[in-house]
Amino acid sequence: MRYLPLMAQDRTEMLRTIGAKQIDDLFKDVPPEARLEGLIDMPRGQGELEVERALTNMAANNIAAGSVPFFIGAGAYRHHIPASVDHLIQRSEFLTSYTPYQPEISQGTLQYLFEFQTQVALITGMDVANASLYDGSTACGEAVTMAHRITKRRKAILSGSLHPQYQEVVRTLAKYDGFDVSVSADRLSGTESLLELIDQHTSCVVVQVPNFFGTVEDLSKVSQAVHAQGALLVVIVPEIVSLGLIRPPGDFGADIVACEGQSLGVGLNFGGPYLGLFATRQKYVRHMPGRLCGATTDVQGRPGYVLTLSTREQHIRREKATSNICTNSGLCSLAWTIHMTLLGEKGYRQLARLNHQIAVQLADDLSSLKGVELLTPVFFNEFTLRLPRPAGPVVDALAEKGVLGGMPASRLMAHDGAMENLLIVAATETNTQSDIAAFRSALGQVLS
Amino acid sequence: MKTSHMSSVAMETPEEVHMKPTYSGNKALAQEEKLIFELGDMAKTGVDLAEPAPIPSRLAEFERTDPIGLPGLTEPEAVRHYVRLSQTNYSIDTGMYPLGSCTMKHNPRLNEKMARLPGFADIHPLQPQQTVQGALELIDALAEGLKALTGMPAIAMSPRAGAHGELCGIMAIRAALEARGDARKTVLVPESAHGTNPATAAQCGYAVDIIPSSADGRVDVAALKAKLDHDVAAIMLTNPNTCGLFERDIIDVAEAVHAAGALFYCDGANFNALIGKVRPGDLGIDAMHINLHKTFSTPHGGGGPGAGPVVLSSALAPFAPLPYVVHGPDGWRLIENHDEAGDQADDAAPFGRLTAFHGQMGMYVRAYAYMLSHGSDGLRQVAEDAVLSANYVMASLQDVMSAPYAGPCMHEVLFDETFLDGTGISTLDFAKAMIDEGFHPMTMYFPLVVHGAMLIEPTESESKESLDQFIASMRFLVLAAKNGDVKRFKSAPQFAPRARLDETAAARKPVLRWHPN
Ligand SMILES: Cc1ncc(COP(=O)(O)O)c(C=O)c1O
Repeated sequence: MRYLPLMAQDRTEMLRTIGAKQIDDLFKDVPPEARLEGLIDMPRGQGELEVERALTNMAANNIAAGSVPFFIGAGAYRHHIPASVDHLIQRSEFLTSYTPYQPEISQGTLQYLFEFQTQVALITGMDVANASLYDGSTACGEAVTMAHRITKRRKAILSGSLHPQYQEVVRTLAKYDGFDVSVSADRLSGTESLLELIDQHTSCVVVQVPNFFGTVEDLSKVSQAVHAQGALLVVIVPEIVSLGLIRPPGDFGADIVACEGQSLGVGLNFGGPYLGLFATRQKYVRHMPGRLCGATTDVQGRPGYVLTLSTREQHIRREKATSNICTNSGLCSLAWTIHMTLLGEKGYRQLARLNHQIAVQLADDLSSLKGVELLTPVFFNEFTLRLPRPAGPVVDALAEKGVLGGMPASRLMAHDGAMENLLIVAATETNTQSDIAAFRSALGQVLS
Repeated sequence: MKTSHMSSVAMETPEEVHMKPTYSGNKALAQEEKLIFELGDMAKTGVDLAEPAPIPSRLAEFERTDPIGLPGLTEPEAVRHYVRLSQTNYSIDTGMYPLGSCTMKHNPRLNEKMARLPGFADIHPLQPQQTVQGALELIDALAEGLKALTGMPAIAMSPRAGAHGELCGIMAIRAALEARGDARKTVLVPESAHGTNPATAAQCGYAVDIIPSSADGRVDVAALKAKLDHDVAAIMLTNPNTCGLFERDIIDVAEAVHAAGALFYCDGANFNALIGKVRPGDLGIDAMHINLHKTFSTPHGGGGPGAGPVVLSSALAPFAPLPYVVHGPDGWRLIENHDEAGDQADDAAPFGRLTAFHGQMGMYVRAYAYMLSHGSDGLRQVAEDAVLSANYVMASLQDVMSAPYAGPCMHEVLFDETFLDGTGISTLDFAKAMIDEGFHPMTMYFPLVVHGAMLIEPTESESKESLDQFIASMRFLVLAAKNGDVKRFKSAPQFAPRARLDETAAARKPVLRWHPN
């Protein structure tokens, strides 16, 4: 077996050193009735060639986003990733190391985490950020439970325009952690019903920017109402490129910001691994979940970095920890910070503008089709259209024509009849003029 | 051979050379690297993008106008920055990384290549399902393999790491108990458990009750049984446990747990010891997470990502969270909401959803490639070699170090710091001296049940030569400690990119980001 360095003779010698006759002597603590005699019912080992063939065949049964005109978003976005990102994250010293528990021989990981935390704090307009969580949805859940620790209240309010699966993640936590959740009736835009729900028992209000339907809206009223009741404002950003063009959550009073970082460096990956970004105000640092990297010096006075404030974490605090998270999204945070460093201020802003401009053009082109209406006039790179008929079958018909043209809102909100004809469409810098033309023409044909 | 010229010059001693400052601060391959905030420039970029067409923005007053402060680097500068950083990291590919409980085995590069096929890496989680049949097939195939290896009837694939899997298992247990109208309040956790276990139980609204360990490093079965009453929802037991020992009485424990109406969560972080040799389903468990980033070799990546699928017993199967993959006449289908689940199976009662989308596809591809590469025979050999290597280390070191519990051990061997008594040297000092010998230290101070724990997990990836070098180096260090060479330990590491770092100062006045000054 190509991955197993011990040879038969080594095994014999090692058993002799141990004083065992055969390998099964070492498994003697296993109850006899649980010792497996034969092999598990699965094929025997295969060579690289065979495994590569099998997996390549499976991969060929999927339509890669890059092979067709592609316009799906809804919490995961297709962006171009510079070639050097994937090269650098495959450096052995990054790829095959563990959590930097021995800082003297992990400065590479620790320094990039320090840089990463700073970049996340800067783009969100917050004071501090952690070293990553699993993804945007679990980061959203952690934000809510953190707000409970800070406010000592247990009633969260979610905007109805928060990603439906994020809502479900919070509701699932609520059921088992025993807190209350209410969801406002707001959908495509507006915060009126959200404002009505806020009272003196509210721990936090969770809003998404841009929201699930693509709308970017004024949250200053929400922020005022939340803070007037002593509650916290939690802002979710599922498309991190947007912050290159729109005002950061810190500007309008966010207390906790949780983002999906997948857009930079990570790729689509059918939903994972992704990257949870998590930022907050300085005064709440000790309530944060997850690892934190901090600056210090070594005994010779040289600058260096360590994991710090770990008395918040499960390995020290156990059942009183701020979260049970251990393994996070380390390598994805590396990909993200490399991509962000390559972009820099100039590239990040330009990338955001490019996304917006292409989406504006696409929205105008599609809504010029008969019966197609743009419902979200203030948007970044994603918007919602009303079609003259149910969007689900339209998307399937578009796929038949080789266009992956958005996501039917009903896929994630099946219970809401008002969603049936709504199509959520995203555009990024990867979309060409011919992609846009192909989408418009295919949609026109499907609807005619 | 010295030239006459050189022999006339007084040479610096090796000690002088080692401490000598250089003008640049760099020392040959050891490069000091500044922060991107000191190197970069806001006007610089390593990405050439098209100029956006002059279309008026639709964002009105929401546009960001103030500078953000993000430095940029061109590609050559960025590549050099991150390559230099990487060179200050230890990794599995550098040398032996015997970090107990973490299973730092070789990460096959075929798996990296497969995970990057556009058909896996470049597909969107919400594409129409007919366009991702191969991806759903792979998830299903991996799920079937994990069920076969564990002897369990059901699985939840979506948890994003081990601790997330624990959350999944304990939520499923609570859902099952509530479904039978049985609200219980306590979860039993052995004192040797990993911190994620009590943290998870607390996050699911349970009180945590600690079970002591017995003198042989296993859970104290009598104490456990004494605590089993109608208020106990579950026990969380790691097997092999965090002392590297098989819980001999596990079947008995499972029977007692079930007789008391409770359920059995097994922490499967140490499944590498059992794969292909023992099916946890035959031990009577109800749920167990599998860290694909341990047993199935997906890279740890400096802290993640991982994946923590959870196998479930028939008692818990109906409560598995959304989403999951089923196979029918029209191919593979993803069940994404409660109605679909109900349509698909009458008894389905998913307890909820742990994450957006469907879990860690990139990890599934790697784990499946690993599973196919090894096959039934290779996976069994993995467990045998891992256990053999740990016992070999134990047998080769126990005369000079102190093993608190008798062997055989499973895939990892536990020592404590008794052998250092009277030397003035601690487990921490010993670990730092291992760095100077070119090894990554073992896990230190975990589990908490012994003093100054040193948990060594060699994994199956080390050759005998490599194990022998490790053993010889450890014996050398033990001898140095016993001979009173305290300085070696207290000043270690000396040859690493940094000497010991001041963690107290870091925590007292946290500096968690760069600030311009
Ligand atoms: C015994 C044990 N349980 C649980 C975990 C948690 O797994 P993860 O880090 O994947 O969340 C670990 C790993 O750190 C572990 O060693």
